[in-house]
Amino acid sequence: MFQTFSFGHVVFLAHAALWTAALAGIALGGGAVGGMMIAVLRVSRTRALQWIAIAFVTIVQGTPLLVQLFLAYFGAAFAGLDVPPLAAAALAFTLYASAFFGDIWRGAIEGVPTGQWEAAGALGLGRMATLRLVVVPQAIRPAIPPTVGFIVQLVKNTALASIIGFRELTRAGQIVSNVTFQPLAVFLTVAAFYFAICYPISLASRRLEARMGRGHVEPSLI
Amino acid sequence: MMFDFSGTFARWPELAWGATTTIWLAILSMMLGLLLGSLGAAARLSRHGALRLVPTVYVETIRNTPLLVQIYIIYFGLPAAGIRFTPPVAAVLALGIYTGAYATEILRSGIQSIPKGQLEAARALGLSRWRTLRNVEAGQALAAVYPALMSQFVLVMLATSLVSAISVTDLTASANNIQGLTFRSFEAYLVVAAIYLVLTFVLRSLLSGLERVVCPFKFVGR
Repeated sequence: MFQTFSFGHVVFLAHAALWTAALAGIALGGGAVGGMMIAVLRVSRTRALQWIAIAFVTIVQGTPLLVQLFLAYFGAAFAGLDVPPLAAAALAFTLYASAFFGDIWRGAIEGVPTGQWEAAGALGLGRMATLRLVVVPQAIRPAIPPTVGFIVQLVKNTALASIIGFRELTRAGQIVSNVTFQPLAVFLTVAAFYFAICYPISLASRRLEARMGRGHVEPSLI
Repeated sequence: MMFDFSGTFARWPELAWGATTTIWLAILSMMLGLLLGSLGAAARLSRHGALRLVPTVYVETIRNTPLLVQIYIIYFGLPAAGIRFTPPVAAVLALGIYTGAYATEILRSGIQSIPKGQLEAARALGLSRWRTLRNVEAGQALAAVYPALMSQFVLVMLATSLVSAISVTDLTASANNIQGLTFRSFEAYLVVAAIYLVLTFVLRSLLSGLERVVCPFKFVGR
């Protein structure tokens, strides 16, 4: 039975948009924790730990997210686990976000002048204490604009979870498109939903960028 | 839980074909993207307000909606309006339009990075606007943004994996196909992920080698 694309379908899409937001939220939370770990490993003095972080970031940034999603989805099956698409997607997006956040935050940490490390060392602070109390507080400000910018990428990329069958906004769009036979109207509406979520974040990122400046550390913060 | 790569490796011609398609898609999309990006950047820097609006809307729309939805709009949506493309053409169009939005911003920032004094000097020497753009600005702008364009090229190459969703037989599609035949899904995607990693590495190396040819003055005295 054909249906005409109507308000009911838009409500259906709006519900699915909440799942898009939920998946992005999970990836954001997981990626924040993972990204911190990657950044810390990356600036550690142990070669082996550095290499683990470098290898992880290189692999995630050097392969398509879609393939990573398939690997998470089929890898769970390979390990004998029967996981729902949401779990596989959550895992893949968390690892993906960890790599990018780790790289962004490493850059911010390395942007802090080495004199700060030396001064903290001279004052008798250990390496972890220096990182926590001296370096990270100064690295937060330049890290914020690119971090917010990456959140836009994260929200947009959750669309790929539709391919492994997670019913978020894009998958819902396919379902509605299949019952209405009006793909143009449906997918333009889906795009409008994404735009409504992403554009404010983009604007915020740009405003923060203008205010804080990339890689610029203000001495008054110290 | 035992790995069995034999089925995947036995289908290496399919993988090779898929990788070739991925490379071609990436090159064509990047070329279209650079063309659109140059037009976009030129329009964005134009003196006419109305002309500046077009690239702004283009960039914001494309950058704040998922590529997958853009691909669906072009491949599934536009036929409803009477515009039909074969899957590879739709793929290159979608990827090119997507890349063009990012290239617009990259190229604009490159042109804006050139000190104003150079333009004034060019005008004082009697160069026309076009000659200034071609002989003074273009080379320097390209040198300034070459690393960003290089990253964009790699991102496009990885993004081509999405076209497997509209039945273009790229590298990811070949994995989809192989796992359907061998039932060794995890292995198939692992192999394909490794191939993407190699492609990324080769592309990066080639592009950084090319930088010496495209902007030799950047390496003078180094």
